[in-house]
Amino acid sequence: MNETTQIPTRQSYGEALAKLGKENKNVVVLDADLSTATKTSIFAKENPERFFEMGISEQDMMSTAAGFAASGKIPYASTFAVFAAGRAYDQIRNSICYPNLNVKICATHAGITVGEDGATHQMLEDISMMRTLPNMTVIVTSDDTQTKWAVEAISKINGPVYLRLSRMATPVIYDETQKFEIGKAVQIGEGTDASIIATGDVVCEAIKAKQELEKQGINVRVIDMHTIKPIDRVIIVKCAKETKKIITIEDHSIIGGLGSAVCEVLSEEYPCKVTRMGINDQFGKSGKAEELLKYFELTSEDIIRKVKEN
Amino acid sequence: MKINDIKELEKISNEIRKNIVTQVYAAKSGHPGGSLSCADILTVLYFNQMNIDEKNPHSPLRDRFVLSKGHCSPALYAVLAERGYFEKEKLKEFRSVEGNLQGHPDMNKVPGVDMTTGSLGQGLSVANGMALTSKLNHDGFRAYCLLGDGEIEEGQVWEAAMTSYKYKLDNLCVIVDNNNLQIDGNIENVKGLDNIEGKFKAFGFNTIAIDGNNIEQIINAFETAKLTKGKPTAIIAKTIKGKDVSFMENEAGWHGKAPSEEEYNKAIEELEKAN
Repeated sequence: MNETTQIPTRQSYGEALAKLGKENKNVVVLDADLSTATKTSIFAKENPERFFEMGISEQDMMSTAAGFAASGKIPYASTFAVFAAGRAYDQIRNSICYPNLNVKICATHAGITVGEDGATHQMLEDISMMRTLPNMTVIVTSDDTQTKWAVEAISKINGPVYLRLSRMATPVIYDETQKFEIGKAVQIGEGTDASIIATGDVVCEAIKAKQELEKQGINVRVIDMHTIKPIDRVIIVKCAKETKKIITIEDHSIIGGLGSAVCEVLSEEYPCKVTRMGINDQFGKSGKAEELLKYFELTSEDIIRKVKEN
Repeated sequence: MKINDIKELEKISNEIRKNIVTQVYAAKSGHPGGSLSCADILTVLYFNQMNIDEKNPHSPLRDRFVLSKGHCSPALYAVLAERGYFEKEKLKEFRSVEGNLQGHPDMNKVPGVDMTTGSLGQGLSVANGMALTSKLNHDGFRAYCLLGDGEIEEGQVWEAAMTSYKYKLDNLCVIVDNNNLQIDGNIENVKGLDNIEGKFKAFGFNTIAIDGNNIEQIINAFETAKLTKGKPTAIIAKTIKGKDVSFMENEAGWHGKAPSEEEYNKAIEELEKAN
């Protein structure tokens, strides 16, 4: 993990999308008046004829994307996560997922790390809502390398995808040789004292915790669960069998998200105790992203504490 | 197959009306009122206007139709069967667990259905996406979208209307089935819905007001729409809900109700006479 190079996944998204647009002329991009923030503006600059500015109309944007997909295009529709999964939920459900249309919903500014804008803009329920929809693939990326891989990888699967991205800059975790596969988590380390299953912008906190714990003689592994649906059941059960403790961490509500998904798998296949870290059934608040991670107890120090508890 | 003869088209729409009532009667549920009001519009689209081929329902160059008021699926299924997309026998399976004819249209289950609909207010946006694709590819196909008048109470319709205008979608044609009734009553009483034509005009559409149960007027409106360049067209089609079944006409109660055996027989008898 390279902590000196910090890149927000939305930036990686914009760059990868512009590149994909050059290679695949079937790709069209829609945005709802947030293109400079979601970084689809990079695509727009390079492929103006295939960029569609929809204005502040998220519901219209999602259904228009469905119309593009129904006639053979590969639309990437972007806005903040709260407006994508929340405001346009019915459009995603009825006009995208039910007809199984090839729409890529790329939602930026997910989680409390949105920061100062506060609770109205901090989407904490989207993983929950999106993974419950049939046909939907849900991906939450943790760094620049993984995001760039995901942007291209999702163009190759035929069906709706929800890609969850962050505003906050996070360290580059993977170098370019790292291989990813949709539905297959990345295991970092072989430690057996605990498994920290993480997703998105807090994977780096899990890795920091792992490094610190190693110095103290506690060996944990980190599982970067970039695909929430279909979830990697095999690795979850393997971790439960091989390690003493399972901790999940996500920049999302503990209800319905990664923690819940892990519990669902384990309750069916290998019942054991799971500690879920995330936002505990409450709304977010204003503050700097780093301050909020501390406030909601989602830092490496909080993870270390949880590993040592009990 | 393009039919220009008005009498022949009227015969087809009469046949479609019978099949609407039969489907709803067989299923013992469904939406006869709004299906009957739009039967003439669908007849003209599928037998006179749209560039389609029932033997090649997925042709990329075909014209598209989005039934945004998806609850009027009996009208769409009847016209698709009449055109030959599937066996008329299948109409009996409407809303049944064994069949593919869902309560609201499913594009993956029924050949000829261009878009899955059911949740009101989304169809115009979808049709915009199709029209934009046609423009982007220089495919030249047209996109049609039928809205209910009550449906335009959904805010998304107006988000979509702004998009149609912004992108100058002259290959898009909206038809409002203005039968004046929705579930809870008259559109004016339910939401103060007035001057639909003025609303679309204000959103930058070319507008055409017609009698939506008059085949000739419907054809002429679509022809005018095709000749209109640089902006989308909205046809405000004044229709009668429950058209041609006396006891269903202009009765909000027949929005989503199946006829009894006696009512069904009477409806068919009246439709036979109307032909």
